[in-house]
Amino acid sequence: MSAVLALEGVSKTYPGGVRALDDVSLRVEAGELAAVVGPSGSGKSTLLHIMGTLERPSSGRVRLDGHDVATLGDRALAALRARRIGFVFQQFFLLDGVTALENVAHGLLYTATPVRQRLAAARIALERVGIGRRAMHLPNQLSGGERQRVAIARALVARPAIVFADEPTGNLDSRSGAAVVELLRTLNDAGTTIVVITHDQQLAHQLPRRMTMHDGRLVGDA
Amino acid sequence: MRGGLLLGDVLRVAASGLRSRRVRTLLSALGIAIGIASLVGVLGLSASSREGLVRQLDALGTDLLTVGPGQTLGGEDTTLPLSAPKTIARVAGVGRVATVRSLGDATVRRSDKIDPDETGGLSVQAADPTLLATMHGRMLRGRFLNAASGRGPSVVLGAVAAERLGVDRPGRQVYIAGRWYAVVGIMAALPLAPDLDRSALIGYDAAARYLGSERSATLIYVRAAPDAVERVSTLLSSTVDPANPEEVDVSRPSDALAARAAADDAFTGLFLGLGAVALLVGGIGIANTMVISVLERRSEIGLRRALGATRGHVRIQFLGESLLLSGLGGLSGVALGAVVTTVYADQRGWQAVVPPEALAGGLGAALVIGAAAGLYPAVRAARLSPVDALRSA
Repeated sequence: MSAVLALEGVSKTYPGGVRALDDVSLRVEAGELAAVVGPSGSGKSTLLHIMGTLERPSSGRVRLDGHDVATLGDRALAALRARRIGFVFQQFFLLDGVTALENVAHGLLYTATPVRQRLAAARIALERVGIGRRAMHLPNQLSGGERQRVAIARALVARPAIVFADEPTGNLDSRSGAAVVELLRTLNDAGTTIVVITHDQQLAHQLPRRMTMHDGRLVGDA
Repeated sequence: MRGGLLLGDVLRVAASGLRSRRVRTLLSALGIAIGIASLVGVLGLSASSREGLVRQLDALGTDLLTVGPGQTLGGEDTTLPLSAPKTIARVAGVGRVATVRSLGDATVRRSDKIDPDETGGLSVQAADPTLLATMHGRMLRGRFLNAASGRGPSVVLGAVAAERLGVDRPGRQVYIAGRWYAVVGIMAALPLAPDLDRSALIGYDAAARYLGSERSATLIYVRAAPDAVERVSTLLSSTVDPANPEEVDVSRPSDALAARAAADDAFTGLFLGLGAVALLVGGIGIANTMVISVLERRSEIGLRRALGATRGHVRIQFLGESLLLSGLGGLSGVALGAVVTTVYADQRGWQAVVPPEALAGGLGAALVIGAAAGLYPAVRAARLSPVDALRSA
């Protein structure tokens, strides 16, 4: 089995002594769709940041797509994020002034890919999430559900090894939220490895695997 | 694993960053544009005006000298010897020579009904028939004095004198010292001798006959060969009065114009300073815009880091925006300055001169200001940790 992501004994202590993560070990295999679930303050956001290489652990090892994160510098880490990791955020974080297509193409901006290829890949990614006909719309002309689909397309466009989705339904009504979860399942069926971080037990129960966080510890894995 | 940002993308990202904040972009670029426009305008106008003066000097000639009476060591006024014009004409390098004699007490009036004390700032002088040619002058109307008209009650008016007396054509009469004189001609203005513009000129013979004046000159105009001006100028006083050369006053009227050109340069320095202050204020405006921009766009910075931007990519994005902003302002400023220069020079009848150094320097200054203004915000944006940047939203 090839683990896309492996954490071994990871802890994170913030200045001032706050222990956000306490000896967390986990593995995510290629092709998995997993949830990290826990109440706010349980350390799941910190876990997301460490898994996504946005933050380094105080101790323990993080391996992502075969790379030991601790051995990589800022540039190599940024390149790893650019090519192998996709992020989906609760607030979408789309750029207001540019079209959905260009927003998606931004997912390839830092991979030294020429603009024509970026736009071509972005078009395909938009088709995959089912809103190809909205390609030339600006974010403020799209519904919340459509915006999150654009953000998901942006996370997929570089064909990453793993996608982290941070409360992907948090800013959506229940119907759009359900549609987004359905989309994540479809993408996972097509082979994309996805980790969803959420406090929503109901959402977590719809996913094949649930890792439960409490007070910085991994307390359940099912 | 290789990442990277293509050069074209740096520009594209910077441009789209500015496009999404149009009003702010426009206003901060305007600040730079005004600064650059004033610098280019000042340099262009001073170059144009200097060019105008140089052309005027060339047209008038710098080869005109004047010889007048000076003062003795004791402070008394001297007079020029009667023989002075003849001896001057014999000096090697001297071309035309013409003399005038100021007829101090005489006044020129429109009629005998006007108070003799109201001179209107005009004077009456006796003049040689060769004066017009020596001055390279031109008649607006009529003819200059000749041997015949110089003997009778005929008068030629300078440009200013004609205007003040209300005389616009020959044939009219003016009243000089108790007698009517017929106007035979009106001269065009003589920039090197504004004195003559305000004079009514009569012949030496007429002056002697009607006003009892002497024949010695009070001022001698001398044209020298262009390459002999300096030498002639030093020779003239000893030629006129070998015994007391220091009592003869030799000067070069074109020096006054040259001095004006030098004075313009002094003002140029002052205005350049003011322009630089305007530019500095524009630069502070850009720095302010960029600092606010970084504060507002923390989540965008976080997103870009998550998408794989290095610190360097973030830094160059904000620096690029700042440079683009100032470059935009610089370009419009340079264009505006050139237009202002052209329009103003055109109005003054000068040839518009916009020095290429001013154009290149203006754009360069704008970019330097942009780089300086963008550096601190860019470094701040790059230092932001991705987690902090994302959390702030």
